Amino acid sequence: MQSQQAYAVEMQSIYKYFDDFCALNAVNLKVKKGSIHALLGENGAGKTTLMNVLYGLYKADSGRILINGEQVEMKNPNVAIEHKIGMVHQHFKLVENFTVVQNIMLGKEVSKAGFVLDISRARKQVVELSKTYGLTVDPDAKIEDISVGMQQRVEILKALYRGVEILILDEPTAVLTPQEINELVNIMRNLTEGGKTIIIITHKLKEIKKSSEYCTIIRRGKYIDTVDVKNVTEQQLASMMVGREVNLVVAKTKTNPGDVVFRIDNLTVEDSRKIERVKELSLSVRKGEIVGIAGIDGNGQKELVEAITCLTKVKAGRISINGVDLQNTSPHNVIKNGITTIHEDRHKRGLVLDFPVKYNLILENYNRPRFAGHAILHEQAIHKFAQDSISRYDIRPENCASELARALSGGNQQKVIIARELSDNPELLLAFQPTRGLDVGAIEFIHSALIKHRDSGHSILLISFELDEIMNVSDRICVLYDGRIVAEFQQGEVDENGIGLLMAGGERKNGI
Amino acid sequence: MGSKIAELLNKTATKIILAIVLGFIAGALALAVAGYDPGTSYSMMFTSIFSSPQNMIQVLILTMPNILTGLSVAFAFKTGLFNIGGEGQYIVGAIAAVMVGGVLNLPPVINVIVIVLVAFVAAGLYGALAGFLKAKFGIHEVITTIMLNWIALYLNNYLVSLPGIGVKNTEYSFPIKQSAWTNVLNGWKTSPHGQAYLSTHPALSTILLGTDINYGIIIAIVVAIAVSFLLYRTTFGYQIRAVGLNKDAAEAAGIRVKKSIVMTMFIAGGLSGLAGALQMTGTLPHALVTLANQPGYGFNGITVALMANSSPIGCIFTALLLSALQFGGSTIQMNLGAPSEVVNIMIGVIVFFVAVASMFTMISERIKRRRVKIAG
Repeated sequence: MQSQQAYAVEMQSIYKYFDDFCALNAVNLKVKKGSIHALLGENGAGKTTLMNVLYGLYKADSGRILINGEQVEMKNPNVAIEHKIGMVHQHFKLVENFTVVQNIMLGKEVSKAGFVLDISRARKQVVELSKTYGLTVDPDAKIEDISVGMQQRVEILKALYRGVEILILDEPTAVLTPQEINELVNIMRNLTEGGKTIIIITHKLKEIKKSSEYCTIIRRGKYIDTVDVKNVTEQQLASMMVGREVNLVVAKTKTNPGDVVFRIDNLTVEDSRKIERVKELSLSVRKGEIVGIAGIDGNGQKELVEAITCLTKVKAGRISINGVDLQNTSPHNVIKNGITTIHEDRHKRGLVLDFPVKYNLILENYNRPRFAGHAILHEQAIHKFAQDSISRYDIRPENCASELARALSGGNQQKVIIARELSDNPELLLAFQPTRGLDVGAIEFIHSALIKHRDSGHSILLISFELDEIMNVSDRICVLYDGRIVAEFQQGEVDENGIGLLMAGGERKNGI
Repeated sequence: MGSKIAELLNKTATKIILAIVLGFIAGALALAVAGYDPGTSYSMMFTSIFSSPQNMIQVLILTMPNILTGLSVAFAFKTGLFNIGGEGQYIVGAIAAVMVGGVLNLPPVINVIVIVLVAFVAAGLYGALAGFLKAKFGIHEVITTIMLNWIALYLNNYLVSLPGIGVKNTEYSFPIKQSAWTNVLNGWKTSPHGQAYLSTHPALSTILLGTDINYGIIIAIVVAIAVSFLLYRTTFGYQIRAVGLNKDAAEAAGIRVKKSIVMTMFIAGGLSGLAGALQMTGTLPHALVTLANQPGYGFNGITVALMANSSPIGCIFTALLLSALQFGGSTIQMNLGAPSEVVNIMIGVIVFFVAVASMFTMISERIKRRRVKIAG
């Protein structure tokens, strides 16, 4: 009994079925009180399902849950909340036009005289909490005006405000910049020093090394192992997660780029609020070359991509491919001229989730003679094309052509997009966060697909917030800061620290 | 066994049939509470329809506009638009049909085709106006189409009041010329030869002369099949469904979203207009009438589309059901004194349960899970 007291959470041989699919198969998890415990696994491995069971969102089909040594039946989230468990979801649940304090007190409002909201008291509590744990936020700012990193802090504060002792963070770093990740790690340390227990769901190895003490690995719903993080390497963690040896760095040969294919001259783009986000930016991409744009989220990447794809108007400047001007035409025209795009948000821009996979694979080409004649779709040709793409890009399950895109895992959804965008051998592939939210196995696949495309003599403009990705894949690296390209390097000329400094707005010094 | 039930519960058709059954149960409860025997009332609704060929035909005549306005709403739903403007588009279609049909004198079949096409385009443009306002200025189609309904109604009444159009001292406009009527055996039944024949065949006579029997229902069914083909087999259908399911992805893929919205509303409007036109060519008085209220077919269309879960082919059956219920409801009121509003309760319950059909999916999953547990 005595030893059990040390565990804040114990989950014993948890089973969970969805239809005939076994999502969790005898999974065990023991989390020491006051520790940071990582839950590692590929997408679809069952990490989030396990945490949803712990939080009472799903009911386990069998197994026991103990909180602080006491068996608890997690019927619904209210039971979890009673036991001081809090969860910060990957997609935040905040009211956009409420202030930070209003959001935090929402659902647990304090009042004067029984019905008058006492915002100032709640505000005081929030300020106190943020001071205690180093969670600096402006309590009076509206959610819509603050960055994603700040919004996450609000979510954490919301949990703390409710007296949470065990905090579950679902993919907390997926949306953060490198700096914000460091800050988050510090906050997590502060929290555990204050006696809180943290479970973080992630598939990012680096961050596990950086933040966690223990790590439990799950693969395809099965419990693999729990390890002491300081005793294992990233490579070992990756192998345990995927179940085979993986290459964390893709193999690629040196390239001999040809003539300039794509160029941007003095481009200026405003956002919807008429604020200049891209400022007189110029760059060029040559044939057979991958140009990577490194930068922290919010430095103009989104506006740059929307300008290139003609989803937004440019204020000034030129965008051209093979000498043809594209700015302020139409998305259709951009695609016709040989530029296809992997958008950052695959659910918003990339896929029609309620269309079958085969229809998603022809979203840009449904009008072409190979798929339609006299305005009538050739179902057979479409199906055959889908089958080809599915086997060529290893999209799983392999008989998914007629399944809804919604039914696929994130990695496979992304493969559908890649298959589509590369199907016509575009002159230039614009890849914006192509591996966002994907696991190691899928990242490896997508990086090699990009390099294959380059090797076949085409060009890629890669825009990513993951510095590792830029460093691994690009032939030439541009650093974007505040809407401008502030520096440019050939691969190997510079290390992560040098670029990191420039990304944060530092001056370029001699030697880097 | 359990798995079969689970699978069946997951099918859309099963869900809709279940919803209908629940609607009938709710109607029975309402009747019982009001002090009427549900058994008698339902059997009367049923038998009244099948008691005479005249009544059956009456139901079919009622079904035609309901199918078309149902298609109109269902089609717009596929692009993510809610077309509440069926009423107005129906009226515009009727106006166009009467204006053209009262003047034009072309050979019989061609005459009808021209009238119907003009009405389709006129009502289509009326619908497209709402689409344009949505695409260009982002004004919600629900608001614009409701307003356009009333504009159409008062336009109708204004036209009927004009000396050149309205017939003096009546509430009618001039009628469509008889050569453009879509009634069955239209020419023959009024010819001396036909009249002589019908006088010796009373059964046929009650059908041909006692009802407005017309070809509209056949046209409506053909149009439903055509709409289904357009949606699921053509590039245009692909395009508008993509826009309906994810506008942002469609836009990024180079699909012209705004054009697609306008085009969808054009077709949706045209379908409702077709209902109005065929009603004018098919039923008495073959003319515009001063309207005190909306004709009701556009709103029926919303019910039809919702019950059919926006399936064009499904609209044929749900329109038939709706029309039969409405007809049957009037007979129980007439014969038993039972409130015909019971029918509205039933329809409401059916729509409600189709809308919450996900509930059936949940039940289906629970059955499956139980089975897995037993197996495991």
